[in-house]
Amino acid sequence: MNYFPDEVLEHVFDFLTSHRDRNAVSLVCKSWFKVEKWSRHRVFVGNCYAISPERLIARFPRVRALTLKGKPHFADFNLVPHDWGGFVYPWIEAMAKSNIGLEELRLKRMVVSNEGLELLARSFVNFKSLVLISCEGFTTDGLAAVAANCRFLRELDLQENEVEDRKGQWLSCFPDSCTSLVSLNFACLKGEVNLTALERLVARCPNLKSLRLNRAVPLDALQRILMLAPQLEDLGTGSYVHDPDTETYNKLISTFQKCRSIRSMSGFLEVSPLCLPAIYPICSNLTSLNLSYAPGIHGDELIKLIHHCRKLQRLWILDCIGDKGLGVVASTCKELQELRVFPSDPFGVGNAAVTEKGLVAISFGCPKLHSLLYFCQQVTNAALITVAKNCPNFTRFRLCILDATKADPVTMQPLDEGFGAIVQSCKDLRRLSLSGLLTDRVFLYIGMYAEQLEMLSIAFAGDSDKGMLYVLNGCKKLRKLEIRDSPFGNEALLTDVGKYETMRSLWMSSCEVTLGGCKVLAEKMPRINVEIINEYDQMEFGFDDRQKVDKMFLYRTLVGPRKDAPHFVWTL
Amino acid sequence: MALGLEITELRLGLPGHAHSIHPAGVNAVERNEKKRVFSEMSGDCSATTCERKAQNKNQVVGWPPVCSYRRKNSFNDKDRAEATKMYVKVSMDGAPFLRKIDLSSHQGYSNLVTAFEELFGCFGIGEALKDADSSEYIPIYEDKDGDWMLVGDVPWEMFIESCKRLRIKKQSETKNFGLQLNSLKEIQKTND
Repeated sequence: MNYFPDEVLEHVFDFLTSHRDRNAVSLVCKSWFKVEKWSRHRVFVGNCYAISPERLIARFPRVRALTLKGKPHFADFNLVPHDWGGFVYPWIEAMAKSNIGLEELRLKRMVVSNEGLELLARSFVNFKSLVLISCEGFTTDGLAAVAANCRFLRELDLQENEVEDRKGQWLSCFPDSCTSLVSLNFACLKGEVNLTALERLVARCPNLKSLRLNRAVPLDALQRILMLAPQLEDLGTGSYVHDPDTETYNKLISTFQKCRSIRSMSGFLEVSPLCLPAIYPICSNLTSLNLSYAPGIHGDELIKLIHHCRKLQRLWILDCIGDKGLGVVASTCKELQELRVFPSDPFGVGNAAVTEKGLVAISFGCPKLHSLLYFCQQVTNAALITVAKNCPNFTRFRLCILDATKADPVTMQPLDEGFGAIVQSCKDLRRLSLSGLLTDRVFLYIGMYAEQLEMLSIAFAGDSDKGMLYVLNGCKKLRKLEIRDSPFGNEALLTDVGKYETMRSLWMSSCEVTLGGCKVLAEKMPRINVEIINEYDQMEFGFDDRQKVDKMFLYRTLVGPRKDAPHFVWTL
Repeated sequence: MALGLEITELRLGLPGHAHSIHPAGVNAVERNEKKRVFSEMSGDCSATTCERKAQNKNQVVGWPPVCSYRRKNSFNDKDRAEATKMYVKVSMDGAPFLRKIDLSSHQGYSNLVTAFEELFGCFGIGEALKDADSSEYIPIYEDKDGDWMLVGDVPWEMFIESCKRLRIKKQSETKNFGLQLNSLKEIQKTND
């Protein structure tokens, strides 16, 4: 029964920001469903093939902010062929046709075309925010269309996209009347930009808080831009290369001293380490620092820098910081919550840049740490057990040992006990990536203890179907499971087919699953799309059900097999 | 399985090892086999030879899991080179099998054509770049949109970004092609 007028209900629902809460609310009764439906402005679609644009619009006709994700995560590592799918155009087209008042679009791992961007720019008068992460398929011409036509654009954020740079004047396409920019990130673009246009743009946008430049913006331009935007809170430098014995560099030093608001820094896409001291005054206020694209900064210079960063909460860095440098991080950055250590030489042999020692030091020094991505040469069970004890608050734990099946170097044992300790101690763990020598035992632990686990990534691990079954049976909240090169086969795949409707997706490549197994699954579960990705000629693939499937991607969907699958994707 | 077709099964391990699909306990042999599998894949074969070790490591696809954007923008030139190789298939009318070339290792069209001539042991492909009508061989490529285009019209950088595969057609086998080439040229002119 409904004692409140719809407007009151709507006002109450406004306070619910999480998608899950709003989804739950819409299940209470018909009138709540109706009110929630007509007041829902923000929609998240984790798999663009789980639903169609038309049905989304019918369900949420007042959508203003849409998030869409396309390709499977393993596409990041070249495991998914280039034209697999994930096209955003049909979504933009459908929303344009239905006069949706779209204001924000956030895309991850999708194929975006210039035509799509042009249609977007022309169709949505109040469009404010475009965020593209790991997307591809467009050029700077598409960006020019957005710049030219989106009169109230606040945010243009391009993160790690493959953009063909036509070296045109897209920045100049922002009209003089555009003064609304709050966030501009073009760090992933490779081409030249018109520096004058950039400076004029920055000058006329007083609300600009976040600016991330690309490699083509030199240090002297950075200095001029900072003079125009002392209110910046997030800065991505472009090329940070200069001779420190110059007027320009001295000007930069005094300019940085005036930028009291910067809390986050990134960039340094090329860097002269001797110029780093200029940022020391800012370091004391930094909560976020990303030096993971900064080549050639020696461990010692990194350490000198870190000494100034006492308030750091997020640090992304290269492994040339070394175990010693991580020790400095541990003793300096007491507020650290998120750490990512990337490999500077992924294929290096025995370059022990960081090992478990660095991680252990961090765990002692940074009790607030809850998110970790750590590439290293080796790890011991003892270290992981210590880390688990010191940091029980992990929500994301991704450990990547460069030699994927490496055992504990001290005991020569698998790393089952170490990862077992992590899942047992970290009761809020939502995301886990494993590596190293691992048997079915680690999966037994994961199934037993990882109650909140939503995403699990497995590579070169396990002995038998039991491993995968422990996970599928135990992890009730599992949403995404991705497995490569592990001996899990049909029995694991088929024991509980209903499980897959509770999950977003399952990826299995180079496992033991056969075509026959996949066919059985597809037949039992009509609301699951089972895609077989076979890059070699279709003819050769054959129809032998005993043949092992190279790559399988299955996901729940309300709209059946997709119509845009390329010839090498076979939906069973 | 009783039909003895195991031998035709695709499998991950080394040949000669029975690999049971049925769930089994932890098995040292299997564990080692898996370890060897990763090592085999990454070329780190301790059993054999200096020769193998001396060669460049043959990386396992997608390992370590560093995203491709980061690999391409890594300062480590070797990694960047690894990540930006552009192998495409090349077929030639009449040749019994296809070849592959790395577009990123060529500097321009004339360089590319020389590579074709060496691969297929024939000459005269370069003529097509100057005047397609009079050449015996016509190099064409399939672009990102799936269209077959004449090689040589667009700037080299643009070409290598959009070329998915190559084909060298023999003029004698494409009687209509002359007409198509002309209309291609017309289209190019109107687009400029």
